[in-house]
Amino acid sequence: MALPKYTEPHYRIWHYFYLFVCSCVFFFLIAPLFVIFPLSFNAEEFLVFSDGMKRLDPDAFSLRWYHDMVYGTKNPWGLAAKNSFIIAIFATLGSVLLGTVAALGLSSRHMPYKGIIMATLISPMIVPLIISGVAIFFFMAKVGLAATHTGIVLAHIVLGTPFVVITVTATLSGFDHSVTRAAASLGSDPVNTFMKITLPLILPGVISGGLFAFVTSFDEVVVVLFLAGLDNTTIPIQMWTGLREQLSPTILAVATCLIVLSTLILVTAELLRRRSERIRGINR
Amino acid sequence: MSSETQKILTTDGIPLEESLRKAEKKNKIKAFLLVCPLLLFLIITYVFPIGDMLFRSVDDRMVTKMLPKTYKAMEQWDGKELPPEEVFKGFYLDYKKLVEEKTFGKLATQLNYEKNGFKSILKKLKRKMKKFEEGNYKEQIMSVHKRWANVEYWRALKRRAPSYSYSKYLKGIDMYENEDGQIVQVPEDRRVHKILWMRTLEVALFVTIFCFLMAYPIAHLLATLPMKYSNLLMICVLLPFWTSLLVRTASWMILLQQQGIVNDFFVWIGLVADDNRPEMMYNKTGTYVAMTQILLPFMVLPLYSVMKTISPSLMRAGKSLGGTPFIAFWKIYFPLTIPGIGAGCLLVFILAIGYYITPALVGGASGTLISNQIAFHMKSTLDWSFASAMGLMLLTGVLAIYWVYNKLVGVDNIKLG
Repeated sequence: MALPKYTEPHYRIWHYFYLFVCSCVFFFLIAPLFVIFPLSFNAEEFLVFSDGMKRLDPDAFSLRWYHDMVYGTKNPWGLAAKNSFIIAIFATLGSVLLGTVAALGLSSRHMPYKGIIMATLISPMIVPLIISGVAIFFFMAKVGLAATHTGIVLAHIVLGTPFVVITVTATLSGFDHSVTRAAASLGSDPVNTFMKITLPLILPGVISGGLFAFVTSFDEVVVVLFLAGLDNTTIPIQMWTGLREQLSPTILAVATCLIVLSTLILVTAELLRRRSERIRGINR
Repeated sequence: MSSETQKILTTDGIPLEESLRKAEKKNKIKAFLLVCPLLLFLIITYVFPIGDMLFRSVDDRMVTKMLPKTYKAMEQWDGKELPPEEVFKGFYLDYKKLVEEKTFGKLATQLNYEKNGFKSILKKLKRKMKKFEEGNYKEQIMSVHKRWANVEYWRALKRRAPSYSYSKYLKGIDMYENEDGQIVQVPEDRRVHKILWMRTLEVALFVTIFCFLMAYPIAHLLATLPMKYSNLLMICVLLPFWTSLLVRTASWMILLQQQGIVNDFFVWIGLVADDNRPEMMYNKTGTYVAMTQILLPFMVLPLYSVMKTISPSLMRAGKSLGGTPFIAFWKIYFPLTIPGIGAGCLLVFILAIGYYITPALVGGASGTLISNQIAFHMKSTLDWSFASAMGLMLLTGVLAIYWVYNKLVGVDNIKLG
């Protein structure tokens, strides 16, 4: 954003001040994530930069916390990771299935009571997690699903569907319905039309909704805190316990892995969003 | 050719109007059926449990069921002086049954919520009761402990008689129903919940303001920069958005600790002395800083999507008509961004008001919010009906803002990256 040559000096100063403020905010947003990287390679047990690290002494860095993460016995990170992935995958499948079908109905212009139904479907995203946690805990305890994977998966489907509904309805809002009518007029039945025409077109939206649902489930700690037994411990639960008791560098090693994972997911989601916009012919 | 004489018919001979209406109805049902599975699922696993919470928060049948004879006898008692012998007898019989069933502990917990000191005298009564003789239970019970001869305790017992009560809601706003049935505030030094509600509102409000002040310039920058730069910068907004909440909180715990980088920096620029490093975590400061950073993307995204639609030529037109850049901004650009400001602020406020994880980890005692209190009662005191009542009070507030959000912005306009 170059300034025109005729800009008066005080506006010029103002402009640079504005850019300075912006860079500070960007720094504030992104920098905290980057303290975790170097500290996770710390050879010592303290969560501060040692003198050796400041001198970039190779001996001050080590992989011992990553080793501890994989082989350590104090915190069962392996079990937690397994549980987290199983729960997140099933919760994602459930959310995507229910959410996509519902979004198809909601995008129809014939849908009755659209406003109130949409508001209900989105509400798990808005309602404070602590309230959802308490309510779902009472329910799961009543039906005997507390401290089971099934219970947690069901709870995470509840929390994940709003994201799928939002992304898929957003994708469908630019959807050209004449293509499905064309398919129907050419003799295709509705299921076939959906599989061959609609689904490929909305797939980017469905997948990015699924990614949101996955991340929601994978990160979710409040509801799991109420629902999980000892066998259902997840990565967030382990981190939560660790952060409450003692912040150990092993947690930073786990956190680094999670940042790498979220970066991968972010890149995928961004690529999908752009592809979706290209397919639907939205030019920006 | 009026419409009465000549109706347009379809090939089946049915009037077109009716046929259309039928098709419309069919479509409506079709659309509704698609939404049905999710709606039913949510009603069973979400809406119904929240309703159950409402029931739980007013349900007070446990004590009523435990002391049937006592409450039967109490119907006659006016509550002014010590209750008559029948009440004592009823209480003795009820309590004896509870001791035999080994469920008296629950009663002691429940009555202790109502009035402190019940637990110990109930325990003492349990020990002494074995030697009780038949008849004149009033004297015998009163001789166990002097509190049993205090009418206040019997009044407290009577207050628990109704099957449903709103006392938990009163407790949530530091009020209670006193002996005369009036609703009064608890003594000044015990008004803990009011402080928490005020603090929750204050934190949510300030976090919203901070987020707005920080998000506005960067959203503007993102919206006005050429695509190739703004896409790169957008990553800076989206990466924290996609990163685990616990990871972000952990990084703030490292930064804000006393030997942490932020304190190091303050010492280095000479703002504070090395031996006098301020405590920035486990208090309100920690909560503010961490929550602002965590919720910032939720403010940037709606602002950005609104600013993106504002044509740059409007600002140029404003300037060419003689406005200074500031006037052009204030009179033209800013009013156009108000929908984005509304959407972002409401969203951040809603999310902030129910925040739990971050205040619990970096808030310490002075930075905890109402959510933490709910969790505390769920996990530690096990007063689930009080936790439900507090939760529903919070929920009412959130739903009210959600309703405003829905009216102003529309839920289908929520932006996710």
